[in-house]
This record gives sequence, structure tokens and C-alpha cells, in this order.
Amino acid sequence: MNENNVKEDKLVIGGHEFHSRFILGSGKYSLSLIEAAVNYAGAEIITCAVRRANTKEQENILDFIPKGVTLLPNTSGARNADEAVRIARLARELGCGNFVKIEIMRDTKYLLPDNSETVKATEILAKEGFVVMPYMYPDLNTARDLVNAGAASVMPLASPIGSNKGLATRDFIQILIDEIDLPIIVDAGIGRPSQACEAMEMGAAAVMSNTALATAGDLPMMASAFKQAVEAGRKAYLSGLGRVLTRGASPSDTLTGFLHD
Amino acid sequence: MENQFFVDSESLSPKALEKKHQLETDPTSRTNHMEYMEGQEQIHSDIFEKVMTEVKNYDPSKYTGLDVERALKKETIGIEELKAFLSPSAEPFLEKMAERARLETQKHFGNTVYLFTPLYIANYCENYCVYCGFNCYNHIRRMKLSMEQVEHEMKVIADSGMEEILILTGESKGMSDVKYIGEACKLARKYFRMVGIEIYPVNVEDYRYLHECGVDYVTVFQETYDSDKYETLHLAGHKRVFPYRFDAQERALMGGMRGVAGSALLGLSDFRKDALASALHMYFLQRKYPHAEISLSCPRLRPIINNGKINPQDVGERQLCQILCAYRMFLPFAGITVSSRESKSFRDGIVKICATKISAGVSTGIGDHESKYTGKEGDAEGDEQFEINDSRSFSQMYEDMSGEGLQPVLNDYLYV
Repeated sequence: MNENNVKEDKLVIGGHEFHSRFILGSGKYSLSLIEAAVNYAGAEIITCAVRRANTKEQENILDFIPKGVTLLPNTSGARNADEAVRIARLARELGCGNFVKIEIMRDTKYLLPDNSETVKATEILAKEGFVVMPYMYPDLNTARDLVNAGAASVMPLASPIGSNKGLATRDFIQILIDEIDLPIIVDAGIGRPSQACEAMEMGAAAVMSNTALATAGDLPMMASAFKQAVEAGRKAYLSGLGRVLTRGASPSDTLTGFLHD
Repeated sequence: MENQFFVDSESLSPKALEKKHQLETDPTSRTNHMEYMEGQEQIHSDIFEKVMTEVKNYDPSKYTGLDVERALKKETIGIEELKAFLSPSAEPFLEKMAERARLETQKHFGNTVYLFTPLYIANYCENYCVYCGFNCYNHIRRMKLSMEQVEHEMKVIADSGMEEILILTGESKGMSDVKYIGEACKLARKYFRMVGIEIYPVNVEDYRYLHECGVDYVTVFQETYDSDKYETLHLAGHKRVFPYRFDAQERALMGGMRGVAGSALLGLSDFRKDALASALHMYFLQRKYPHAEISLSCPRLRPIINNGKINPQDVGERQLCQILCAYRMFLPFAGITVSSRESKSFRDGIVKICATKISAGVSTGIGDHESKYTGKEGDAEGDEQFEINDSRSFSQMYEDMSGEGLQPVLNDYLYV
């Protein structure tokens, strides 16, 4: 894999190709900063809560999203599959396109996704022609169910939303990366560029972040830092990470040196 | 010095005055405030006992500075830590508490602040709550808006740009029944994205009906969680029943509402205990109904018409800030609303630490939005529940919040 190959490296979701592997959230900072964040992050996909877009003319978040960026409306506020389906349909009516990120929470404290309801909603919406990107708790069985339900990607959480705690579910995300053929996009809890980089090194297809940028002192600069971290992590993954010696140095006298034939 | 709540009006008949004085001076003339009145539904919740037991055993003076320091170092703030943060020993740590509260707020809400406005549609009241401007013995201009007037008020407010509304009434089932409120809520759905109510507590079926009319959020203030004190402040009317009011939020959730809010009215009793109870009330509700969106307010006593001396006693702005920081650390995900009872400077400061929602363009009177918003003289207007402090208009508030580096959010809600 050389630099040219890296340029050809594309993220494909539901038949759509993207060069950027950093997905941006939009809900936690000033609308006026969205454009700068998109530009500095080099993002090609931006998420937006349908409920935030359900507004009058005053300052509709949709008006602040630059042209050419793929809008990924999410169903936050949905407490079950039925509500998520209704919100997704509304997003399409509002002209938000065919992409939808399913978020179903029935817990307002931790905002953990409800995996079983998410599978149900995915199945219904995929049949209706949506490009479905479900947010989920990293569980292999659920991920397989999502594949069968027609998901276009799987978005496991790294740690609770807004916590900035990084890859608390690292080992389980690795299992999804190893076993699931769809793009695995790490979502929620990524608080630093270094954590985004690590997720990409593991083989994640993309990383999504919102709070980490929203709470940064200089949002555009942090967006730029994430861009570079995600790119670095991706390159490291593509180049094949060097071996890591788990214990001491490599022994010169091998254990099997006595074998002669 | 205690507030002097009792004020006689010259327009009361001798018989009414006699009754009023008897209620004020003779406890035996009052009903048992722990006994349900006819028609009041009992849901036999366990939350009441849980909250009351914690509050009863809470002695704020037992907590030391060391307890507060330890609490600040803990990653997860539990009930013990909350108690330390609400104690007098936490006052020297206010800046540190604010720093942590700010971080928690940012994690959950980023740099956003939600704006809303209240709309009072009637001020008739059947209760005698001694500190309230709407109380049935207070001589004020009473009014109930017709549906045409309600719609007119809503148009005026919606034209200002506001998208979230909180509909309020005095507590009179006779003058403003559930059907009347429901009709107003249906109208509100036409003009606003999000509709909440702050009305007298009702039964589960009534909350279900109001939810079907387009309401998803219910606010009820317990006023004080000190049952003995409550008895001396709410002398007559259905509001006198302490446990029925306590269970209102839970009945609302059972009726299908998405979110509930509550609080004590700070200054009526021991504010540290009342703050603890307020937080625990919402905490236990969310534990039992994990999908529920919970929110806390923090009203302090304000002067009312015919009694300008009412004040929040020992709850100063520092104490209020302490309480709100404690709420935020204990319930990082909860909404915190700061009303126009508080000053501009306090609200501008507190939204940067822990408040997530503020009102703007506020009137606590009836039918006076047009005159207040446009300067045009209105027809008859009903008097206000209390004096507000921060009278900024919606557009001024929007501008000011943006100026503070915050993103004002007018709506983040869908009725599904």
C-alpha cells in the first residue's frame, strides 16, 4: 500500500463513496461554526437530529450545513422502533435524503441504545429504501442481526455519549471489525484525536464525534486535529501495524530449536 | 426573620374574612393534609417514602469540608456526595463545584441553551396558599381567556419566534377544567413545536387526555417537601393534599408524558433539605421510569401583588448557585431551568455553568402579551402571579445568549 493507494482508499456506505472517514456531529455547538468545522475536519458526512431540524425559519440547523455534504439525519428522541421509523420518514419528507442514523434510547441517563428495537427499525427502514446506519451497543449477535436486517453500516459506541472516555468497549468493537463485513463506524465517547486514531488503527471504517469538538477551546482547530488523527490511524491500519512484543525481547534460542527435520 | 404572609383584603366579606382568619390561626379548622380528597387517584408509589426517608435523615451540619473535597474527587456523584454539596461546608468550594458542573453540562448539552416562554391562560384559584399571588383570598383581577383570546396570545408569542411554550393556569378545576386546558393545548400545537403544562395535579387519565392534546412535558412544584411546613402554608383547597401533589409527576409519566419537571419553592422551609428532596424526587422517578426526561427548576420566593415584602429569606444567589451546581453534578443529564424570577446577571452567569433552559418574553399575567410585546393597549388583563425580575424579550435573550458564546435552541423535540 503506497500513498497512491491511500488516495484511492474509499469509504463505501450503501453504494455511496466517501473519501473522508471522519463523521461530524452538529448538535452541541454554535450553528455559525458548523461550516468551519466541516471544512477543517474535511468531513463529507454530518449528522443532525431530525428533532432539531423540526423548526421554523429562525435558525434552522439544516440551513447551516454546507452544500455537497451528505446529511445523516438521526432519530434521537425515539424510544422504540416505531418512533424511530416515524422520525426517519419525517426526515425524508423534510428533504434530508435517504441516509438515516438510527438512535433508539429508552434511558435518559446514559443514552445507551436499545439494540433489539434498533434491529426492528433497521429492518423496516432498509426495506423502504433508506441507507440505514444503526447506532448500537457493540454486541456481535446484534451486529449480525443488523447485517441481516439490511443495515448499510454498524455504529458501535466507544463509551457513553458525551463522556469523552474513548474506547471503553475496545475489545468488543474489535470483534465487530473482525467479523462483520459492513463498515464499522465508531460512534460516541471519542473524546480525543488520539482515541479516534486508535479506533482507525484497529480497522474501524470511520469515526464520528460531536462533544469532543463542541467542548474544545478552538473548535475548528480541534476539527483539523481529528482529521489528521483519523487519516493517520487509517494509514497505519492500511500499512499493517508492526508486531508488538508482549514480553521482553525476541529470544535468540528458540523453544523449538531442537527440531532438526 | 420569617416572611409575613397573611394579608387581609378590604373587599372580602366579613364571613370570608372570618373563615380566612380561622384557617390561619386555628389548625383544627384545617383538613388533614395527608388525606386524599374525593376523586384524587392513589397510585401507591414507593418514591414518596424513599425521598422522605433520605430527607428526614439529612443533617446538613454534619458534613465537613473534607467530605466536600472527597465528593469532588469522586467520578460518580451519589446521594451522599449530593448531601455534602448541599451542606454549608460546601460554600467555600463553590468555584470548584462550578468548574465541575460546567464540564458535566458541556458533556451532555455542549454549548446550547434552550429558550421557552410561559403563557398563563387563567388565574382563578381555589387554594389558599399564603405566599402566592393567585391565592383565593388575594384581591386581584381574575381572568380566564376564551379560546379566541388564547389563540390571539399564541399568535403574538409565535410571531416573536418562540417555538416552545409552557401553558399555565391557576388551580381551579371549576374555572379552568381539564377540557379547557386540553383545548388550549391543541391550539398550542398549531403554533408551537413543543408544549408543556404547569397546571394543578390531575389523575392518570387526565394526563393521558392532555398528552393526546399534544402535551409531552408536565411541571409541578411541590413548594416544600417539609410536610409539616406545607401544612401551615397551604391552608385550603385541593392543593392542601401533600402526597397527591407529590405523585403528580409519576401519574403524568403513567399517562404517557415524555418528561416531567419539579422543585421546591426555595425559601419556604429549610432550603438545603428542600433542594435535596427536589433532586431525589426526580432521581428516583428516572430510576423507576428510565425513559423519562427529567428536569429541575429552582424558583425562589418573590414578592406578590398586595404583599411586596415576600422574599427568599436565606437563599441568596450564592446558595442558589451552590444548589444548581450540586444538581448538575448529581444529575448530569437533567435539564435545569432558571426562570425570570432571577436577575439578568444571575441568568447570564448560570447558563454558562449548569442551567440549560431559560424563559424569555415572560409575563405572569393573563392576556397581556400583546400589550407587553407590541406596546398596544390590550383589553382586560388579569393580574400576575408574582413579580418577575428579568424582563428581557425573546429577541434580546436570543442575542444575549449568542453573545455569551452559547447556541440558543428553540426546539429539540418531536411529538411522536
